[in-house]
Amino acid sequence: MTERMTDVALPPVLTLRDLTVHRGAAKILDRVNLSLGQGETLALVGESGAGKSTIAVAIMRLLGNAKIDGTIELAGEGDLLALTERQMVKLRGQRLSMIFQDAGAALNPSYTVGRQLSTTLRRIQGLSKDAARERAVELFTSVGINDPEGRMSAFPHQLSGGMQQRVMVAIALAGSPDLLLADEPTSALDVTIQAQIVRLILTLTRERGASCIFVLHDLALASQSCDRIAVLYAGQVVESGPAHDVLEHHRHPYTQQLKSCVLEIGTKTLTAPEGTVPSHAQMPPGCRFSTRCPRALPRCAGEAPPLVPVRSTAAGPLDHHIACWNPE
Amino acid sequence: MLLQALGKIAQTLVVLFFVSVASFGLLKLAPGDPIQIMLGSEYSQESYDSLKTELGLDQPFLVQYADWAGRFIQGDWGTSYVARAEIFTYAFKEALPVTLTLASFSLAFAILIGVPLGVLSAVKKDTIFDAGSAVLALTGTAFPSFLLGILLIWFFAVKLQLFPVMGYVSPWENFWLGIYHMILPGLTLSTYFIAMITRLTRATLIEVMEQPYITAARARGEPSWRVVWVHGVRNIAMPLVTILGLQLGVLLQGTVLTETVFNLPGIGQMLTSAVLGREYLVMQAGVMMTAALFIGVNLLVDLSYPFLDPRLRARK
Repeated sequence: MTERMTDVALPPVLTLRDLTVHRGAAKILDRVNLSLGQGETLALVGESGAGKSTIAVAIMRLLGNAKIDGTIELAGEGDLLALTERQMVKLRGQRLSMIFQDAGAALNPSYTVGRQLSTTLRRIQGLSKDAARERAVELFTSVGINDPEGRMSAFPHQLSGGMQQRVMVAIALAGSPDLLLADEPTSALDVTIQAQIVRLILTLTRERGASCIFVLHDLALASQSCDRIAVLYAGQVVESGPAHDVLEHHRHPYTQQLKSCVLEIGTKTLTAPEGTVPSHAQMPPGCRFSTRCPRALPRCAGEAPPLVPVRSTAAGPLDHHIACWNPE
Repeated sequence: MLLQALGKIAQTLVVLFFVSVASFGLLKLAPGDPIQIMLGSEYSQESYDSLKTELGLDQPFLVQYADWAGRFIQGDWGTSYVARAEIFTYAFKEALPVTLTLASFSLAFAILIGVPLGVLSAVKKDTIFDAGSAVLALTGTAFPSFLLGILLIWFFAVKLQLFPVMGYVSPWENFWLGIYHMILPGLTLSTYFIAMITRLTRATLIEVMEQPYITAARARGEPSWRVVWVHGVRNIAMPLVTILGLQLGVLLQGTVLTETVFNLPGIGQMLTSAVLGREYLVMQAGVMMTAALFIGVNLLVDLSYPFLDPRLRARK
């Protein structure tokens, strides 16, 4: 991957301020602050249930009846949480779009993939039936679908998982969005195809100058492919910064655990972070990681550490943040 | 796919054969003597025996069945002694169209009212509208149809004089007048089905609306009416059609009461008078037609699956 200049202050496309999501009594996101520059790719990393996908779905405003606080600012639109549903419908697919975990389930089984793409094109770009079809074939070609003409009339179940995800990518790019949210787009695919899909999404978004939020499990993959990384634990951002910096000079004990868990797969001794994420009823009021943290101090469980800038090295970048009372 | 279809048609024919044997046999076992009824209260043993021979009722069961089946297939269904008419004309050409019209109207009402009501209940889940439709649906399933028919006649036909009290006009001969005569009986027969389809639509659609492809459709900016009607409703077609096919039996049963209340000369009325008059041949014709209708519709339901769900189509 090319090294990107992340210190330059790019105008933020998206800014999340104190984004908090409650579902019933459970606080599934807790004061998340993130910002994303134009053309930047941000990886959200963490265990299942950390709230990575919730952030993506909250930005699309598709969380259903969950209670959302804070602000989600999209350049040119203001706070998305203040928009009406009608206004949101216009943004979806055009300024924001999303790629899902399981493409096979995210495509409607009753319609051909060609129809699902071309109706999107007709609606968003106002194309005629023939023009939409032509454009759909082009898009299928650009996402690497072989025999794009023939695949137009295929139903989702007739395609392989990798092809299904390529179709989803084509649909997501149909409206040339400024921000693409990819929610673990490769978790349902073979390992060999995973890298292809990740590369495809990144190439296409970069070609179009779009920004991208990538939800991932894998810290190593995140650091290879994205500009910046935010590490989430139990609904809180614990560390965020330039990808290389977070991987090599991380300061938060949880990032360390995530990293060692990945690295040790190579030596075939898989050690997951010890213990489990506490249930929402038992979540400590302070740092949520304190129940599993080897470096926990007495104050950690009671007092929530704020997300503050740190310099990982003397010459390190300034936009590296951690939330920890006792960093490494 | 063609082979599959042929297999299903063959199955259907086998089922129809067993139905015919069973209906023939069961009616033979039923009490009551048709010869006594035909001869009246006073007759001699000789005339009884000669009539029995003439009608072939002294032959063994299988011979009687083969004789009946052979003629049945050729359209010779015998003569109704009560109606004094060819049964084929009386049952197939006159009664069946009436019942088919009534059943189609009820089905149309059930779908046209039940599906939108169910969709709205699903979309407005857990609101007052949903609760109201649930109460209505429960009432609809629990309310006896003959009582509803009488109430509808009393209110709309007698009090308001908006609709005819009873009677049948063929929509083939006079379309609008035919429809006009079918509204009250159609509604009466369909209440149960409206209620059932409303609940079924609601339940299946709520499940479908939680599928990832619904979220994905929203995520690419599809307006909510399209998400519901294009992406949601399309995917409940299969369970809906299946249940409709299976419930057709209940619908055909219901025609008996409805036809009686509204004095419609359909299969239901024909069967009632045939049972009272112990006319075996008419009963058999009625049972065979009803069974063939039920089996035929369910064959169509089976054959429609590949059209409703592309995943069931044979792979290229």
